[in-house]
Amino acid sequence: MESDQPAPANTRRIAIDPVTRVEGHGKITLLIDDDNHIVEARFHIVEFRGFEKFIQGRPFWEVPFFVQRLCGICPVSHQLAAAKAVDQIVGVNQLTPTATKLRRLLHFGQMLQSHALHFFHLSSPDFLFGFGSDPTKRNIAGVLEQYPEIALKGVKLRKYGQRIIEAITGKRIHGTGTVPGGMNKPFTLPERDALLADIDDILQWSQDAVALNEQIHTAHADHRDFGTLHSHYLSMIGSNGELEFYHGNLRAQSVSGDNLFAPFDYCDYQQIISEEVRSWSYLKFPYFSALGTEHGWYRVGPLARINNCAFISTPLAEAARQRFKAYGHGNLVHDTLAYHWARMIELLHCAESIQSLLHDRDITGTDLLAKKGEYQPQGIGVIEAPRGTLFHHYHVNDEGLVTRANLIVSTTSNNQAMNESVRTVANQYLDGQEITEALLNHLEVAVRAYDPCLSCATHALGKMPLQVTLQRIDGHVVHQLTKNTEGTIQSSPDDH
Amino acid sequence: MTAGNDTIRIDNQEIPFTAGQTIMDAALAAGVYIPHLCHHPGLPPSGNCRLCMVEIGNRSVAACIAAATAGQQIRNDTPELNAARKAITQMLFVEGNHICPSCEKTGNCKLQAMAYHLGMLDDHFPQFYPHRELDASHPDILLDRSRCILCDLCVRASRDVDKKNVFAIAGRGTQAHLIVNTPTGKLVDSPMAKTDLAANICPVGAILIKEKGYEVPIGQRIYDRQTIRDIGLYEQAEEKNKE
Repeated sequence: MESDQPAPANTRRIAIDPVTRVEGHGKITLLIDDDNHIVEARFHIVEFRGFEKFIQGRPFWEVPFFVQRLCGICPVSHQLAAAKAVDQIVGVNQLTPTATKLRRLLHFGQMLQSHALHFFHLSSPDFLFGFGSDPTKRNIAGVLEQYPEIALKGVKLRKYGQRIIEAITGKRIHGTGTVPGGMNKPFTLPERDALLADIDDILQWSQDAVALNEQIHTAHADHRDFGTLHSHYLSMIGSNGELEFYHGNLRAQSVSGDNLFAPFDYCDYQQIISEEVRSWSYLKFPYFSALGTEHGWYRVGPLARINNCAFISTPLAEAARQRFKAYGHGNLVHDTLAYHWARMIELLHCAESIQSLLHDRDITGTDLLAKKGEYQPQGIGVIEAPRGTLFHHYHVNDEGLVTRANLIVSTTSNNQAMNESVRTVANQYLDGQEITEALLNHLEVAVRAYDPCLSCATHALGKMPLQVTLQRIDGHVVHQLTKNTEGTIQSSPDDH
Repeated sequence: MTAGNDTIRIDNQEIPFTAGQTIMDAALAAGVYIPHLCHHPGLPPSGNCRLCMVEIGNRSVAACIAAATAGQQIRNDTPELNAARKAITQMLFVEGNHICPSCEKTGNCKLQAMAYHLGMLDDHFPQFYPHRELDASHPDILLDRSRCILCDLCVRASRDVDKKNVFAIAGRGTQAHLIVNTPTGKLVDSPMAKTDLAANICPVGAILIKEKGYEVPIGQRIYDRQTIRDIGLYEQAEEKNKE
């Protein structure tokens, strides 16, 4: 736990490296003085990808399959966001009913499997065994041993979502499916019937998952304040204000529940959102431009979506949302750990929506391609990925090659919030205490609530000079290493 | 066990041949597969890829350019030769930028199918990561030199079948690269059309018809359904049917 990195005088630095049971590689560092008081707590993203750079010069029709390799958990979200951008590039504004419904079904399958993974596989051990429980048991294998019924439901829920993905894209991970203006193959009756045969179980298990999370969150008073932040929220909503994952306007609510802006077309996102680069993380920090870097940060993901939507279009999930709202006395729910509860409400919405789509006659239609229109020099695709709002923006030249790409992934939007939550939990639980593994896991619990996908979040290449600063508490810089954009490293004061 | 006056013997199987036939043509016609990437029935052989190396006595010869001669005793499907073929395939991979996970040719790519056929599980050799020019100037055709394996099938197809002579190989050794025979060096200034054989014969993802990628679903692509052996024998049979 003690980090090799030097700490200022009279302090010691503790690193959780890597943070476990999240996707990708991140670390948390704490700077602690002699009395165990927290001087500083940060969540760092230390892995590096570079997709925005190496997609440049590639043909636009390749993009959805190139960028889906950002992630092995939510590749479908990246494929669909990029596919929506590509639709715009080839001048298609409206897909055929079958293609739209196939993409929606695919996306519901993706949300279902990812949400199941993140609660059951990655997070449930914290809640079933306790944040400070024996770390050798605090994992999915431990859950399988002690709570086999819960663990197996989680595994089977995930499997069902993956079966949907496989039926539509040909593979459970990194398949194909989307093409400019539509889809590449119809959904067959045998595929539909095989999925319908199991949907009743999926619906029941999803309701059980909501009930479990509702019980966990309401039964533990200390969960309410655990890393809780009073933040703004951003998410997509449907045309009537309903919960929407695939296509709609974006809504931003302030901490007090007021609309920060009128719901806006996501193609105008650059007028609303800016991104800040900080020296100590590969992850950028987005914020609402009008509110500035200090006050403009916001949260995305299940908590934002359930807070932002006026209703849910499926009855069981809507009833669950009503209970969630009642818990918050009709106000926004800011509890960070309520992310899991909101996530399971969405899981239930996915199950209900999948059932509805499987019964829809259009879903097995064969009219898959819309006619291409006038080609456009850029395309913007926005979608609600499991972890939150996902932006893909591509510029292409006359030859069809990408000249510029901008991706704002969900975890990037939650970057500031994750840091704030880590800081809050550090101050709540660790300040003045002798640091133990059990206490450090509390910090990881806060990070896991956001369901971070670190691997897809660091995608810019060549834009981020890196600076490592060793600073005393009084602000005096002891040592600084700087890497400029050419890759040259400078040390000050000089090592020699 | 000697071959007759009008037969050769490959791995102890007696195979008939006609005068002027190569070992490759005789073998494929008899249903004996010799791995190959730059051979294509109906086009003159070039002996570029070296995957079809077979052994006759102490000599190694490329089956696609060696004439069948009465009484030849040929070793083809042996562990040693297949190991050498796998190494050659690995070299072809590392000399270009073959990123199968996102390549639109995946599932329809002969290089990828050959790797599967030979049991290639990794690249083995260090990657070259070459910087090669991509030419998207043609409205219908994309030329991605990163994936070119210098088989020169497009050169021969354009010169001998399409009669347009659009392509050539320039440079030597690791500097060898595919060029376009136009004053600008750009495909848009060539007479090439997307219906040309040269536009459709590339075994890898170097020459592609634009905006067609990923249209064939996983499970229905060529090598989802058939092996490269099946396709090699099929292409030879198709050519014979044309005759």
